[in-house]
Amino acid sequence: MKVAVTAKGVQLSDEVDPRFGRAPYILIVDTETMKFDAIDNNDNVNAFKGAGIQAATMISEKGAEVLLTGYCGPNAFKTVDAAGIKVVSDVTGTVEEAVAAFLAGPVEYSTGANAEGHW
Amino acid sequence: MIISVASGKGGTGKTTVATNMASALGRGVRLLDCDVEEPNAHLFLNPVLGQAEEVTTFIPEIDDELCTGCKKCAEICRFRALAVVAGKVLVFPELCHSCGGCMEVCEEGAVLDGNRILGTVESGSAGNVLFSHGRLRVGEAMSPPLIEKVRSINENNGITIIDAPPGTSCPVIAAIKGADFVLMVTEPTPFGLHDLKLGVEAVKTLGIPCGLVINRSDIGDDGVREYAAKEDIPVLLEIPFDRKIAEAYSVGKLIIEVRPEWADKFRDLYNRIEILARC
Repeated sequence: MKVAVTAKGVQLSDEVDPRFGRAPYILIVDTETMKFDAIDNNDNVNAFKGAGIQAATMISEKGAEVLLTGYCGPNAFKTVDAAGIKVVSDVTGTVEEAVAAFLAGPVEYSTGANAEGHW
Repeated sequence: MIISVASGKGGTGKTTVATNMASALGRGVRLLDCDVEEPNAHLFLNPVLGQAEEVTTFIPEIDDELCTGCKKCAEICRFRALAVVAGKVLVFPELCHSCGGCMEVCEEGAVLDGNRILGTVESGSAGNVLFSHGRLRVGEAMSPPLIEKVRSINENNGITIIDAPPGTSCPVIAAIKGADFVLMVTEPTPFGLHDLKLGVEAVKTLGIPCGLVINRSDIGDDGVREYAAKEDIPVLLEIPFDRKIAEAYSVGKLIIEVRPEWADKFRDLYNRIEILARC
């Protein structure tokens, strides 16, 4: 299964970035092999609007089934939800730790946004 | 003749000046309250208003049957109001700026002409003053199209007075562009001066002649007058900090109702504007 994790760097040992749309990197991790693909999200970091929507579209295209992040706003949630991606919010620690905790369970998926929209 | 009454700062007396000038002129002059976020000129004029007309703007609506999920609409949208996930288009109406690019690039005709309500426009009359104003829907971010709609109501005797919103951004520009004259209302304080400079800069960018009304003119400091002299901006009227005027304001009355001699001053203000706008 492919899991998207928002990250401050490009390694599994890097910290999870609490922001979804504006995280500098998003790691797409294959949970069976722990092989991963680091997506550079820098174009989105300074986006005027719609960073979450764009990030959600991107991880959907990469085939992610689950998103591990800190906060997910309303537009981002609507997009990942439409893409059929499940969201785990309030994730902390390194990417590796986050994936391990997810695999160990129990997992509580978000039922909605846990951050305000940006105006 | 179109006169926009503007200011950088809020609360300087734009509405007071616009409503008193319109009322003093009377005879079919039209007052357009373009401060659509918080229109309040009607509180001074008490116009009899007709049916509110809803004003809408384009937002895309997707026909899922025709859509092939090609993403062209999402790619052209610089405001990211469209996203394509799992082969379906998602629309985020609050991000849309109504450019219509998505409709233009869709080869399937799947982007339909939907709309979002921006607000309403109401028109009527107060004595012999024709009156129109816009009311922006609470939560709506795009006021310029509504302001333009209010401005399109131009049936009058040849004189339109626009009560503009404060500030210097898009709504103000929408309320002053194309005007023959911009009347800036300020107060003689450091705050009035600071924001007046910003307002004057906006007016100069548009190349419209402007003049000044100094409200509460007998308080504060000389900064505004010194600035006006240096920039060659004529001071066309000074309204003193008069208890009777303040009391009238506090109960929603016009200055010319409690101080009838001011009707001549506001007519004179208009006459001076007319001369300045011609040269």
